[in-house]
Amino acid sequence: MRKKILLLFVFCLILKSSISYSLVEIDITRGNLDPLPISVSPFFADETSKEKIKKNLNIDNLGQEISKVIENNLRKTGLFDTLDNESFLQQPDIAHLKPRFEDWALIKSQVLITGKVTSKIINEKDYIRIEFKLWDVLGAKMVDGFSLTTVPTNWRRVGHKISDKVYERLTGERGYFDTRIIYVAEEGPKTQRVKKLAIMDQDGFNTKYLTLGNELVLTPRFNPTNQMVTYLSYFRNMPRVYLLNIETGKQEVVGDFPGMTFAPRFSPDGKKIIMSLAKDGNSEIWVRNLETNIQEKLTDHPSIDTSPSYSPDGKYITFNSDRSGYQQIYVMRSDGSKVKRISFGKGIYGTPVWSPRGDLIAFTKLHKGKFFIGVMRTDGSGERLLTENFYQEAPSWSPNGRIIIFYRETKTDDKGQGFSAKLWSIDLTGYNERLVKTETDASDPSWSSLLGN
Amino acid sequence: MNLSKILKNAFLVVIIGLIVTACATKKSVKTTPTESTTTTKAAETQKADPIEKLDALMQGDVYIGTDTVGELASGVPDRVFFATNETILTTASRETLRKQAAWLRQNSDVTVVVEGHADERGTREYNLALGERRANAAKDYLMTYGVSSDRIKVLSYGKERPVDSGSNPLSWSKNRRSVTVKAN
Repeated sequence: MRKKILLLFVFCLILKSSISYSLVEIDITRGNLDPLPISVSPFFADETSKEKIKKNLNIDNLGQEISKVIENNLRKTGLFDTLDNESFLQQPDIAHLKPRFEDWALIKSQVLITGKVTSKIINEKDYIRIEFKLWDVLGAKMVDGFSLTTVPTNWRRVGHKISDKVYERLTGERGYFDTRIIYVAEEGPKTQRVKKLAIMDQDGFNTKYLTLGNELVLTPRFNPTNQMVTYLSYFRNMPRVYLLNIETGKQEVVGDFPGMTFAPRFSPDGKKIIMSLAKDGNSEIWVRNLETNIQEKLTDHPSIDTSPSYSPDGKYITFNSDRSGYQQIYVMRSDGSKVKRISFGKGIYGTPVWSPRGDLIAFTKLHKGKFFIGVMRTDGSGERLLTENFYQEAPSWSPNGRIIIFYRETKTDDKGQGFSAKLWSIDLTGYNERLVKTETDASDPSWSSLLGN
Repeated sequence: MNLSKILKNAFLVVIIGLIVTACATKKSVKTTPTESTTTTKAAETQKADPIEKLDALMQGDVYIGTDTVGELASGVPDRVFFATNETILTTASRETLRKQAAWLRQNSDVTVVVEGHADERGTREYNLALGERRANAAKDYLMTYGVSSDRIKVLSYGKERPVDSGSNPLSWSKNRRSVTVKAN
């Protein structure tokens, strides 16, 4: 299977020079073996601005730090080769005004990013204005750019917004850098794990803990339309689905159910939560409308029905059921009708999650003692396994549907030592598998939508 | 698979199972649950790689040892064990639960929580459901033996609270359990 994937995706990166833009473009629908050389010139700041910013943020060279955010984002896609700053011949300020393209071509850079940071005072408050330009080195011209003004503490987000712009311009697809990941931070021995909700920027910075670890919390998921989160909490030993506003910290239990509710997920419009209710040894899928407070049972079967996930148009739900005797993936209409099994490969299947593009379902598969993260079409055809390990599960899609983040646990040794849980990401092509660094052990990741303004 | 084939396989499997038990050779445990009947389980046991001598501690892949077992009351074991992905109570489990029921009938002021657990070899959400199913299997049995349902709460922990942190079939078998805990 893996070989097949390799064959299918061993194509070189195609760099097209389209007539309209004459800009290099990246085809990311294929595997990437030849990343595009790109230079991110350190963003320039005049001395007055530097001093001001140093006073505000205690950062000596903010321009350079913003460049690093961009470089880091682009490099981690596996699509770009960010060139070493040491090799840059031109000064950042002059490059930003008008690059000497020969100099950049000499170090084999095809794309150049330059920028400028200025401090500003508006209504007696400090702001920073950040300007960025994207240059096509071979075409010898500027192809994109913008400037924006924001509060100084927002500087990393500006780096992410620039990264998104560059990614969109060069790949033709939406970016995913100005996003956050919510996950479960884990600590302590395996038999007594302490779990907290944590949130961080997509690149691992700005980690914040949202619960204290007094009660077990699991499976946080973002509302795709705002900064609300739904998750499972064992508060007062009553496992129930909760809703959390991460701006205000306000939490509330979702609905009034006579048993354990779990496996929550928002509908694409963010107005409903689907979840499982377990009662008297049977788990069924329910939906609760957060505006009307009407809750409705969608499945009716003596088997376990869980892990529901909506299609992006909201018309269908994929879920996990063992009604055939063991765990398989099913699809039904969002009113619960027309239930159809779609997974028929060897092994058992769990945690189906519909891609934000609508064409694929990511899943966890257990076969011959190994766990796989894979994708299949929504009719179950075209199954592709992306990664294999001792234990891994819980795929979550990047908002542009290009990357899957999941968690992986290690096998313990004979003495039960050596357990760890970490977040990993992998490209849809099966390439570019990466550890996502977190302050503590981590599991159950969920990727937010693009943050907007 | 047609019916005659199933029957034929099941028959073979039973024979193999008997031979395996009779010889008391190395027992091994499947890690991938694929079927729900006990007969096919025996077949998989036969096929899977042998791991270690577990004769005294596991039957099929159900834990039969005592080293993690606590007491609900003197002489009354607090827990029962399950096969991979299963919620069926074994003969030994039923015996344990009858003891629990007898004790609960004698101590009618006691209420309990039956905690359901799964091993780490399953997805988190499915295991939460599986733990709930196991806890209810134990609860139902207690009710059959005269304990009223309002004295028994169930609480599933899925795979969140293993007693054994090992990553091997024996550890997993200890973790697939329901535990009856006094609530007052």
